[in-house]
Formats: sequence, C-alpha cells, structure tokens
Amino acid sequence: MNIPFRAIATSLGALVFSGLLYGYAQAGGGHYYAPVSDTVVQEECGSCHMAFAPSMLPARSWQRMMGGLDQHFGDNASLDAATAARVGSYLANHAADAPGQPYRAKLVRNLPDSAAPLRITELPGWVNKHRKVSAREWADPAVRSKSNCGACHTAAARGYYED
Amino acid sequence: MNRTTIALWLTLSALCSGAALAGPREDQLARYATAAMQANPAFTAFSAMRGQALFQQKFSGGKPDTPACTSCHASSPRSAGRSPVGKAIEPMALSVTPTRYTDPAKVEKWFKRNCTEVIGRECSAQEKGDWLSYMFGQ
Repeated sequence: MNIPFRAIATSLGALVFSGLLYGYAQAGGGHYYAPVSDTVVQEECGSCHMAFAPSMLPARSWQRMMGGLDQHFGDNASLDAATAARVGSYLANHAADAPGQPYRAKLVRNLPDSAAPLRITELPGWVNKHRKVSAREWADPAVRSKSNCGACHTAAARGYYED
Repeated sequence: MNRTTIALWLTLSALCSGAALAGPREDQLARYATAAMQANPAFTAFSAMRGQALFQQKFSGGKPDTPACTSCHASSPRSAGRSPVGKAIEPMALSVTPTRYTDPAKVEKWFKRNCTEVIGRECSAQEKGDWLSYMFGQ
C-alpha cells in the first residue's frame, strides 16, 4: 500500500497552524484578558470598580495589593482572612506570569522583573496603548476615571479590549 | 411592659411586617431592633423617615469626596448610583432591586465600610435599622 505521508503531514501541519491561529483570534488577538470567573473574587473585587482581569498584573503585584488592602487607593478595603486567602490565591494563579498563561500579555511585556506596580494604568504597555486618548475624552462624565474600562471598551466585562 | 416583652413584641412585629414570611431581611432587622433597645431603652421602633434623613444628610466627619450616602448612591434610592471611579451601582430601593439585603454579612460589611467613609464612624444599630426600613419601603 502506498501511504501518502507527505500529504498527511502537510494537512496535519495546516490543521495545527489554523488551530493556533483560531485560538489567538478567539483570544482577541492579544486584546483578551480573561474575566474573573470566581464568584467571591467577582463580588469582593468588583463592587466599587470592575473586577480587573488578574492577567493584567504579575503575581508579585497582586501579592503587594493583597498586603495593603487597608489602604487600597485611599479606601479601607480589608477582607476577613479566609476571603483574603481565596482572593489572593485566585489572583496569583491567574496572574500575567502565572504558569499556563498562553502568552505574555501585552500590558506587562516591558515590565522589569523587579517592578510590582499596583496601578494597571501605570504599566508601560497600558500607557503606550492609551497615548492617543485625549484629555477631553478622559474628562467625559461617562468615563470619570481611567479604571472605568467599560466606558470605552464595551466588551471589557467579557474580557475583550479592542479599540 | 418590661424590656423582654418589648423585645419580643418588636421581633414579632418585624417578623410579621409585610406579607412575606420571615426571611433574612426581617431577621436582620429584628436583630438590629434588639441591639437598638439594648443601647437605648427608650427605643420603640425603626423609622423610615429617620432612615431617609440619614440617607440624605451631609456629614463632615468622613472622607471629603463622599459626604453623604447620596454621593455614590443616587439622590433617589430608586435610581442607579455611581462609585467614585465610575462603576454603576444598582438602586438601593428594594422595589427596584429585589435581590438586595438577603445576605446579612454583606449588609454588615457595607454598613461598616460606608458609614466609616461617609460619617467617620460606624453606624449604630438604630441607624442601620432606620436606613433599611426606608429602603425596604421604597
């Protein structure tokens, strides 16, 4: 029997490539940050502001964040110990540099390993992506603050941050 | 009537208020009633009108950017509010957001947090009960 190895290999290769491409496209072409799927994290982190995707910051940032909840950007956002442990481990396990993340998110790509920033809006990648947003747009009453992602990124709650 | 009788009567009236059977909301209100009376023997019942006044009052002891409940919750409990960073807050009126006030720990958590930020101290049991009574009737 004459098995067409080359044809099979070529088709398999094409299949794998399109699969990878499809996965990347589904992930929003690098604009996808999986939303929080844990109900406790969603509740505790998503009451005052949107529950930011853990993949927007490295684990060391989330550790710093959880260590200073009593002074959380001017608010006392302290949690009881059990809740804090659950939230902390979820954030660390889904952080930008957590094992299993498919690719390094654009937001943290140029972040030095020593830096553990607390504000997503101060990441070099974030600043670069928003450099063309005018002061007038930031001042729009519907925006109110740079942490109100959904005001412009209408699919932010689902994890998509296209322009 | 001695205090135990009053406490019983208050608990009963809280339990029987409204057509619904006693649920987490009524239980929590009853607990606040008991605590309010322990703090002040002259206490008789919660007042939605006092609750409304508390909701609208401007304080100076808390954070300057949030002097009142209405700073983040809209001036009407039936309207949606906005957090300082712009996130929408569902209306506080029970008739508009019927899912509210069923988790006593959540209610306590937000009273503690928001009273401290707005007034600069924690709210008393009577204030909490008045405030809830106002929202339950809205």
